[in-house]
Amino acid sequence: MSGAPLRPEVLEGPPAGLPGLDPAWSRLVPVDDAATGRPVVHHVLDTGAELERLGIAPAGTILAVHGNPTWSYLWRGLVAASLDRARAGAPAWRVVAVDQLEMGWSERTGTTRRVADRVRDLGALTDRLHLGPRVVALGHDWGGVIVSGWAIAHRDVLAGLVLTNTAVDGHAALPGALKAALAASAVGTEHTTAFLDVTMAIAHPRLDRDVRAAFRRPYRSARRREGIRDFVADIPSTPGHLSRAAVDAIAAGLAALDVPALLLWGPRDPVFQERYLHDLMRRLPHARVHRFEGAGHLLPEDADVAGAVLDWVAAPTPARGDGSASAAEPYRPLWAAVEERAEDDTAALVELRGVAERTIPWRLLARRIQDLAAGLDAVGVRPGDRVSLLVPPGADLLAAAFACLRIGAVIVVADAGLGVQGLTRAVTGARPDWIIGIPRALAAARALRWPGMRIAAAGLAAPARAALGVRHTLPEVARLGRGRALPTAPAGDDLAAVLFTSGSTGPAKGVRYTQAGLAAVRDAITARFALGPGSATVAGFAPFVLFGPAFGCRTVVPDMDVTKPATLTADALAAAVAAVDADTVFLSPAALTNVLATADDPAAFDGVRLLLTVGAPVGEPLLDRAQAVLRLASLHTPYGMTECLLVADVDREAVAAAGPGNGVLVGAPVPGVAVRIAPLTEDGRASDATTTEPGATGEIQVRAPHMLDGYDLLWRTDAAARAGTADEPWHRTGDVGHLDDGGRLWVEGRLPHVVTTPDGVVTPVQVELAAQRAGAPRAAAVGVGPRGTQQLVVVVEGGEGPLAEPALAERVRAEADRPVAAVLAVRELPTDVRHNAKIDRTRVARWATAVLAGERVREP
Amino acid sequence: MSRVLVTGASGWLGAAVARDLVAAGHEVRTLQRRASGVDGAEDVLASVTQPDAVVRAVEGVDAVVHLAAKVSFAGEEADFVAVNIEGTRTLVRAAKRAGVRRFVFVSSPSVAHTGEPITGEDAPPAQPERAHGAYARTKAAAELVALGADAPGFAVVAVRPHIVWGPGDPQLVERIQQRAAAGRLPVVGSGAALVDSTYVDDAVAGIRAALDAAERVHGNAYVLTSGEPRPIAELIAGFCAAAGVAAPTRRVPAAAAKAAGSVVEALWRIRPGHDEPPMTRFLAEQLSTAHWFDIRRTRRDLGWTPEVGVTEGLRRLAAHHAVMRG
Repeated sequence: MSGAPLRPEVLEGPPAGLPGLDPAWSRLVPVDDAATGRPVVHHVLDTGAELERLGIAPAGTILAVHGNPTWSYLWRGLVAASLDRARAGAPAWRVVAVDQLEMGWSERTGTTRRVADRVRDLGALTDRLHLGPRVVALGHDWGGVIVSGWAIAHRDVLAGLVLTNTAVDGHAALPGALKAALAASAVGTEHTTAFLDVTMAIAHPRLDRDVRAAFRRPYRSARRREGIRDFVADIPSTPGHLSRAAVDAIAAGLAALDVPALLLWGPRDPVFQERYLHDLMRRLPHARVHRFEGAGHLLPEDADVAGAVLDWVAAPTPARGDGSASAAEPYRPLWAAVEERAEDDTAALVELRGVAERTIPWRLLARRIQDLAAGLDAVGVRPGDRVSLLVPPGADLLAAAFACLRIGAVIVVADAGLGVQGLTRAVTGARPDWIIGIPRALAAARALRWPGMRIAAAGLAAPARAALGVRHTLPEVARLGRGRALPTAPAGDDLAAVLFTSGSTGPAKGVRYTQAGLAAVRDAITARFALGPGSATVAGFAPFVLFGPAFGCRTVVPDMDVTKPATLTADALAAAVAAVDADTVFLSPAALTNVLATADDPAAFDGVRLLLTVGAPVGEPLLDRAQAVLRLASLHTPYGMTECLLVADVDREAVAAAGPGNGVLVGAPVPGVAVRIAPLTEDGRASDATTTEPGATGEIQVRAPHMLDGYDLLWRTDAAARAGTADEPWHRTGDVGHLDDGGRLWVEGRLPHVVTTPDGVVTPVQVELAAQRAGAPRAAAVGVGPRGTQQLVVVVEGGEGPLAEPALAERVRAEADRPVAAVLAVRELPTDVRHNAKIDRTRVARWATAVLAGERVREP
Repeated sequence: MSRVLVTGASGWLGAAVARDLVAAGHEVRTLQRRASGVDGAEDVLASVTQPDAVVRAVEGVDAVVHLAAKVSFAGEEADFVAVNIEGTRTLVRAAKRAGVRRFVFVSSPSVAHTGEPITGEDAPPAQPERAHGAYARTKAAAELVALGADAPGFAVVAVRPHIVWGPGDPQLVERIQQRAAAGRLPVVGSGAALVDSTYVDDAVAGIRAALDAAERVHGNAYVLTSGEPRPIAELIAGFCAAAGVAAPTRRVPAAAAKAAGSVVEALWRIRPGHDEPPMTRFLAEQLSTAHWFDIRRTRRDLGWTPEVGVTEGLRRLAAHHAVMRG
């Protein structure tokens, strides 16, 4: 090395003993610096030497750039994970994580470096490092801006771009937290410790003390923190800022970048709020996106960024313009049945509310949809715009939803049953451009700052309009659209809807459906149950308010609070049946339970030929009781999930004829649906191979024309749920079961709930059914202990506990027919709020683990 | 057929091991201070703390099963050190010198038990400095002494049977039954702590399996259990039911029991009684925290599997008491 001697502080790399950091990864790299005209020293973490030692040739390099006020320590998890994968034989990626100059353990040159300087510094460094012909650029926070600038300038070697919680849109208003940081930077360097502290403090969950100390370690003196201050000051927060042009150029360059891109985001970020994600999505429309719900600004600390990045570089998503533009297949849109009956004056939809009854004929419905569609187009709702529908199930929801679909807007539907918090997560996560809602929903939208322009579902007085920030009302929109021409209808593979899962296991996920996919859902249901213009249905489960008319069925909305299915009474159901002379009833198990509890006149239901219980599984005893009330109806329990709404179907007689078995019989796959099984491995995971052999227990995979298009803004979840190939995609349901000799499907539980005992895997449902035979009203079978050597534990409902009555425990053990380490009792098992049907086995397992460890007994 | 020395054969488990080896056709010698009472075995009456006697005992022997130890919840540390650590050192040295080829050290999972719940762990290394109580501390050190002597031609295996019980066991089952009958045994904590235990026949079979497999698996420690963990209250209730005694119902919080145990332990050192102290910290921990194990490696390596188990064991225990009651 020649030139000026290194300054003492530069020679210190990170000290040994920082958690998760191997000193062997550190390198000091001298680079000729254009700013000072002499060599300056960069500190980098680099796995190149280790890979060489292992004799592994890397497939490419990941160039990782930290933001402010962190250092390359942020990427230690990625560095370690990349080496683990390489050692395990996976294609290796070299990771180079740099400390920017004036930051981390890189040299303090005493020079103020602006964005353009930093992009150039990074280029000078990578020239020295010989990164090879395939580089994936990765940046966090302001490092995202720098690495984007580098990426644009190194298109020849650029293989991909990954950005996490960053922003290139300098024109957006700066959030308060950032303004505070900017203000602090002007006050003095001592405040930058506050900036450091705040950044460390906003991790979710909280960082370990040692990790926080490690992040602070290179910034212990005011002089060493000057880079932090200068970095903050370089944010182009004012129009005339010196770095404004440079950031704008990077922003523009991104919009032309065609390499595969991945955006990883922590939504709980007070600085880089979701609008910056949306801005990046607009610039990089081909980018795949994963929002880590619950994670925040320090995303690599909060979430498995390492795993996501390494999965992605191994199988990158398409580059810009690479999306396979499939030929537009003809399809019969969801609203077709309504359109076809535009001249029909008979009832399409009947709403019952107390004593009030509102009947909408097909002609009126068709016209309303047409007017709203044209009106929405007129007020600026564009194809692809997302419209969050916060309207209770009924005529207004139906008309608004179909109008949106007609003009190619994407409807976002989340159940109010998610609760305010869940709904807020769902609505903000789906980034609606528009919200159509009732006043209560619009008030929540205002109070909780949900995004989107607001349209009131009904007319509003001026003060209320102003208070709710309402731009339009549906009656106005309809008037505006009357007589206007409609835009072209969307193509079958255009996105049509984002439907949120119930969120009974973790945050609700948005499930994407195309126009053709939604139409296929309709076709699968009508084909299986012979529904159509000749039939009339009771929509006792919210989605069927949309699907009933889509089937061409006369549809009635019974008098109930749809967010609380258990509010449906037998009288209300009888009134609904009578109102449209219904022959088909859709109910959730909770609604059915209350109907049965309040029923006194079975004759009121004798016109019903078909009862479909939907939304959650139903036990045989409930069906037996239902048959006593719905005397002439065939009782069906279709099996499906938000991701594929109809997979299989079975009726009560077939269930009874089959008798007890390993799991719950859900019937043969319906026409058009293929089912296969990925057998469980010894450690309770689904194997890669699949089978349709009878008796093989494993994860249930489905393939159907009416299955999801993908999960929304959850690239990793999406990738994990996919099986098969791009041409022949299968969906991993996360359910575990087997096919029997007759090709019928039995569901044995959820994949994460499989118990892995030393004697083999145990699926929970069979054990729970055994416990019920032993006399427990309800039970959860869970595993405690490490995978592979878990103990099977049965938790029964009823009793004080924590140990179940000895006699019951003995009966449960005898019925279970396999070793049960403990039978515990709780007053009430935790279940999903919506249906009170899906037992939260994960929570039960946590509780049982604590209790059996000897900890103090609490409620599960 | 081999010539096997069993130490501590006057103890309940030691005698069972010696009998099992005699029944398997081995020539069995025993070493302990009192007569073993094992038919067909040759007794050497001495302590492992007496080097000359130990040298005599290992003479001409192919294999050693070392069970002799000071087992107690209370007592002077120096006694534990002398018997458990120094006794083991003396025996190992003598055995090695005498050309013994296999050495099974019968240990205890408490050598790695630091008071934290154990849920599905295998056999982590013994930790003398962290183990709780004089017994566990000295057994841990002794296990390290034994395994440290493992060498080509001198195959040492440690087995750690956890809570061995069965008919006629004076240490655990009878004591629990007596205390429960006298109303002196509370349920510590919720009684739900999941604990492994070993029916005596499973333990004996496991020790013999270790002896047979020693040359293949030497240098390792293995946990032995019956592979059927149960909530502690259920296990104790099972012991009581077998003897026709009412199960304990009086509950004391785990923390209070541990605190009381510490006090009692301290008092006992000053004013030793004739019996074990009613509750020691170690015992309170054993009764209120989970300790169950992963025995897959043991099963695989030793080619052994617990044949009897807890459910069948309790049935046999009840049958034994029925006979005793006549």
